[in-house]
Amino acid sequence: MKILIVDDFSTMRRIIKNLLRDLGFNNTSEADDGNTALPMLQSGNFDFLVTDWNMPGMEGIDLLKAVRADEKLANLPVLLVTAEAKKEQIVEAAQAGVNGYVVKPFNAATLKEKIEKIFERIEASQ
Amino acid sequence: MAFSESILSEQCLVQARGLVSSIENGCEDAAIGHLREISRINETKMFQEIGRLTRELHDTLVGFGIETDISDLAEHEIPDARERLNHVIKVTDQAAHKTLTAVEDAIPVCRELEESASKIEDQWKRFISRDLSADEFRELSREIGEHLEVSSDRYSKIKAYLNDILMAQDFQDITGQIIRRVIGLVQDVEDKLIGLIKISGSFGNDDNRLERKPAEKVLEGPQVPGKESATALKNQDEVDDLLSSLGF
Repeated sequence: MKILIVDDFSTMRRIIKNLLRDLGFNNTSEADDGNTALPMLQSGNFDFLVTDWNMPGMEGIDLLKAVRADEKLANLPVLLVTAEAKKEQIVEAAQAGVNGYVVKPFNAATLKEKIEKIFERIEASQ
Repeated sequence: MAFSESILSEQCLVQARGLVSSIENGCEDAAIGHLREISRINETKMFQEIGRLTRELHDTLVGFGIETDISDLAEHEIPDARERLNHVIKVTDQAAHKTLTAVEDAIPVCRELEESASKIEDQWKRFISRDLSADEFRELSREIGEHLEVSSDRYSKIKAYLNDILMAQDFQDITGQIIRRVIGLVQDVEDKLIGLIKISGSFGNDDNRLERKPAEKVLEGPQVPGKESATALKNQDEVDDLLSSLGF
């Protein structure tokens, strides 16, 4: 399982990376915004995308939309991990086709639960 | 206003009477002279009044510390605050990385101890239930010896990592002080702006206030306690509820 972690703060990327490693996901890469993430996704055979929303350059929501609009990436599971907690934003993310939404600050258990849920649902639909 | 009353002064009355009689008597030069005198009186009063207002404004500005401070604020203190806040970002970033590095280094050490202890434990249980052969017991003794030998070294390593984590928290003190100073500066700017608004006379006058346009689609970032936005959800549970109501 190859995972791309996108966040403009390197500390947050490290935290997520460590939590994922603890959950048994060792193959992770990092990008600091949508603009760097998108080409990585397009050429990198990633199985899962964990992204922040608020980033300079391309924001997470636009990255999500770009992923859904890309034929090859359209089915990539995407988890938003963000401090944005407004109702309209969550609705927007849902409409854009997000697979999970975690609000910061979060804990390891929440991240684990959301990731497991995403994969359960994907397996069930296959 | 004081200078508008000057037209009602004794001096003006004298000139006005002179003007009327000059006109009645057909003395044009005298009439013009009286008219000039009236406007001179008026202008003098007006200039005096403007002078007084200017002085008042100056005194008020000085009183608010605006005249001297406001350029200082713009030139030095605000760029200074920006640097300080950037420093806060740098210091917290360093602290987070120091902490994360210590955690990343400590976890494999813990895992090593955990694995070796659990291996010994399994064998120990077999030993208790008299399930162990003599050879296996010798192997177990060797493993216990080895485990004890590395343990003290590994525990002091973990202790050192924990100490790194402890020391990395010193940023709180530094950033707390810096942020407190910036809060003070913001307060200062606020007070001075209020002073300026009061001087300009439009304070409390809604018509003159700049209309605040609600920023559209601006991301809010983390919700600050006590300042939550009206549509912000409080926690992950509320987010989950909303998502499930949307069919997630």
